[in-house]
Amino acid sequence: MTLEHFNYWVVIFLMMAGFYILISGNHLIKKIIGLNIFQTSVFMLYISMGKVSGGTAPIAIEGVSNYSNPLPHVLILTAIVVGIATTSLALALVIRIKEAYGTVEEDEILEMDQIADHGEPDSDDSTEGDSK
Amino acid sequence: MLVFTTVAIVRLRSLFAIIMLSGIYSLLSANIFVVLDAVDVAFTEAAVGAGISTVLMLATLGITGHEMKQRSKKNRILPLLVVTITGAILIYGTLDMPAFSDATAPIHQHVAPRYIIDSPIEIGIPNMVTSVLASYRGYDTMGEVIVVFAALVGVLSLIGIREAKVPPNYAEIPARPILQVMAKFMIPFIILFALYVQFHGDFGPGGGFQAGVIFSVAIILYTLTFSQYDGMRLAPPKVLKVLAAIGVLIYGGTGIWTLLAGGTFLNYSVLGETSVSGQHIGILIIEFGVGLTVATAMMLLFFAFVSRGENNP
Repeated sequence: MTLEHFNYWVVIFLMMAGFYILISGNHLIKKIIGLNIFQTSVFMLYISMGKVSGGTAPIAIEGVSNYSNPLPHVLILTAIVVGIATTSLALALVIRIKEAYGTVEEDEILEMDQIADHGEPDSDDSTEGDSK
Repeated sequence: MLVFTTVAIVRLRSLFAIIMLSGIYSLLSANIFVVLDAVDVAFTEAAVGAGISTVLMLATLGITGHEMKQRSKKNRILPLLVVTITGAILIYGTLDMPAFSDATAPIHQHVAPRYIIDSPIEIGIPNMVTSVLASYRGYDTMGEVIVVFAALVGVLSLIGIREAKVPPNYAEIPARPILQVMAKFMIPFIILFALYVQFHGDFGPGGGFQAGVIFSVAIILYTLTFSQYDGMRLAPPKVLKVLAAIGVLIYGGTGIWTLLAGGTFLNYSVLGETSVSGQHIGILIIEFGVGLTVATAMMLLFFAFVSRGENNP
């Protein structure tokens, strides 16, 4: 009972570490790295669920009948490639923000936005919306 | 190991070190995927996470500057509290999950046995991941390729590619002679390996996604060790843009071809004389389309990022 979920707990720790970087970090590139860690931990969650004890990789060989589940592998394989595509889109946005604001620190950007909006409190920051 | 790397990433302030560590993190997670029998996934993660994404992040870093500013200590409790509570709830959730690597878990009961037992017979190729990816779930994979293409269009419209006009001075002694010689030595092997992964993906781990990324790495290595001018002369961005679109068209076109041949969309069985040979032809063609789009998209993304910074070679 105690150790049979250990894999999932490590995944959750990594997920939460990525989440922490994402919400507490101030630098936009570090936030993107946090998002990447979060993403990889989700991959690991899926792959862990596909593992069968005693199974081998899902490539048919004669004499082997116990394979791990191939379906999560397919999902995650394409998710990784889509992940790099979305990451590059986020990085491109960071470059544009750097060119427009001269900084990639979130609080400085928010400050500039507030000054531009005549000191209105809680102006919105549109840079966090790189959704998965 | 993974946990230590993550903690270091959380604590560190130097972005260069953070990016290098996240590359190591990707490589470690690729090892974990191998242990968990997901060889195709490990392959992709090692090529994408440790290779391309590190290069792209470093290129961005060259533009935005290396050091993070010292920030005040306020607001650290609240995120920590949110994270701890969320983590505790998730761990509570795992208590109801079936035990790790339990063969009787619900996930292994429904579609998976069908793929494992029937796919080597129906599709005729041993790698089940490839047959599910390219044939059973061909629609999804087409969607993924289109997403990659759309992200490429997004990046190009956001930052674009500035083509290097000035050739480097070839009379000078190059700045990195040893790297250049070693790169020249390795590039043919990288390309050969990419082609092997592309066309051997039916039998071993690999396929269009991995091959595309590895192929683009060869060009990226060339550009990094020589210069942007040389890289863009070898792989002109204008040609790459057309090729990326052609890759998507090959995939979609195969679907239309199967429609015209009397089957349903992306049902390759009608392409060959027998249904198995048709599946072979279909998978080969769409994997080629995937590889073409992914390779050209990765090269174009790389060119877009390096050409934006003034100090890049």
